[in-house]
Amino acid sequence: MKRTLYRKGGKLKQFLVSIILVCSVSAICYFLSAYIGYRVVAYILLVTVSLIAMIFDILPVLFAALLSALIWNYFFIPPKFTFTIGSTEDALMFMMYFVIAMVNGVLTYKIRQIEKQALQKEEKENAIKLYSTLFNSLSHELQTPIATIIGATDTLKESENKLSDTNKEALVNEISIASLRLNEQVGNLLNMSRVESGYLKLKRDWCDVNELIYSSLSKIKDKAGEHTIQVSVVENIPLFSLDFGIMEQVLYNLVKNAIQYAEKNSVISINAKYTTLVAGHFDQPTLQGKAYSDKISHKLILTISDTGKGFPGNEIDKVFDKFYRLQNSKTGGTGLGLSIVKGFVEAHHGNIKLRNIPGSGAEFTIEIPAQTSYINALKNE
Amino acid sequence: MIDDEQQIRKLLEITLQSNDYRFIEAENAKQGLAIAANHPPDLILLDIGLPDENGHSVLSKLKEWYNNPIIILSVQSREEDIVKALDNGATDYLVKPFRTGELLARIRSAIKKNSSPKNESLSEFSNLSIDFANRVVKKNNDIVKLTATEYSLLSIFAKNEGKVLTHHYLLKEVWGPGYMQQSQYLRVFIAQLRKKIEADPNFPIHIITESGVGYRFN
Repeated sequence: MKRTLYRKGGKLKQFLVSIILVCSVSAICYFLSAYIGYRVVAYILLVTVSLIAMIFDILPVLFAALLSALIWNYFFIPPKFTFTIGSTEDALMFMMYFVIAMVNGVLTYKIRQIEKQALQKEEKENAIKLYSTLFNSLSHELQTPIATIIGATDTLKESENKLSDTNKEALVNEISIASLRLNEQVGNLLNMSRVESGYLKLKRDWCDVNELIYSSLSKIKDKAGEHTIQVSVVENIPLFSLDFGIMEQVLYNLVKNAIQYAEKNSVISINAKYTTLVAGHFDQPTLQGKAYSDKISHKLILTISDTGKGFPGNEIDKVFDKFYRLQNSKTGGTGLGLSIVKGFVEAHHGNIKLRNIPGSGAEFTIEIPAQTSYINALKNE
Repeated sequence: MIDDEQQIRKLLEITLQSNDYRFIEAENAKQGLAIAANHPPDLILLDIGLPDENGHSVLSKLKEWYNNPIIILSVQSREEDIVKALDNGATDYLVKPFRTGELLARIRSAIKKNSSPKNESLSEFSNLSIDFANRVVKKNNDIVKLTATEYSLLSIFAKNEGKVLTHHYLLKEVWGPGYMQQSQYLRVFIAQLRKKIEADPNFPIHIITESGVGYRFN
């Protein structure tokens, strides 16, 4: 921490701090020199310069080395208060001190430079790795539909007379499917960049959890195919203060994921319940027919499970990583869906966990702390 | 149509002309406002992202004198943009990319509503009928008992068939201007109303949720 703090300060600050450090250490040594002898002072000053070298840039370090050498000479080497050095031994000591302080400073600085380079190299390698996965999945997921659109329109334009009506219709249909797929992937990328950029601002409003779940299901139920989707919401669940659109996307992505990866005829279950976040704040509405809207903090717990094969145990921790695709994954996808889910849930200060249910499929559990409103008790106004 | 994207204009020109609409296009706000003033159309399609002027300000200028429907076209679902436009008097909105079938339906609905303002005393919506004179609502010919608030919510919906009504608008109209932030009332009453008038309240066909924006009644 200290290191970055000083690094951020300008060069001038580094020089100042070096001077202050060397002078203060010298001052302390000056009072102690009667007990420890002036040669030990040289070691203490060397340590000081080494410490400075661990933190500061090369120039302030060399300056500290020079300054400490001069101070040692002037204040400590007899005769004191002159730059004259009395004995040959001391003159030699002084030169040695000077060289050691300089070499020490330069070496420490070099080691730090190498460390820095190694770190940068590692970061760069990670970035390259991320980009290559990105390119692989994006080139597939974006370019396949684009290729379809370009190919199909070319055929339609150039071989119009040779095509039967059925074939024309088939080509137009392919274009339509490809554009929808492209649209979904672009939507994913935009959502991912909203999460990444930190631009994502929640528009919290009171949400009816039932409405939230069914609204997202209404957008995906045509794709459910041979799967069965079950919903169970605990009775009298309060309204939660959430971003409706964002949470709808979370549920959509999770259900879509289950539909894509679970085997045919799986049962996909969505469960919603809640717990009280702070004990003692929980007040059930008791006044029948009266408005009751005290805002209480609760935790909303959503689970989305399926009866598929579950996730391979060694990959379970990675599924929320950006662009991560399961090995042996056959279906298309950019590997963004679940990382968007995680980002959106975390934007709500919530968390998401994945586990395999023994003997059954996978289960995602989302927990989101949020304000609630118990106005549900209000009836027949 | 006021939109700077030439491809979208071309697409809509073909689509609308083949559905017997006359199509006039403008590529920026200045041109659009001038054409609208000289030949007031039956309906305006307005893009929010125009090169020379913000679509919201074009909407305000149009609303000063133009009373026919204005449908907003907006790229990506920027909820704030949509809500702002609807609260400023836009009739409806569509998020780009949209399906042309959806656009045609919205245009039909907007024009129909505009030509025949709902003042008949009886309205029918598939299995649902509302008799405004006698304040009677029937589902499959059975009378539905509604509370006063539920009825006033339903009648506002029925008078704005096909139109997206924002949360703020509904709260203001049903509960009053002081309740515009009290969306919890709306959530509860929508749920109650759906239970009474929808065949399946979980997958409603009358009161449709427009995520983050409001509700649309069909």
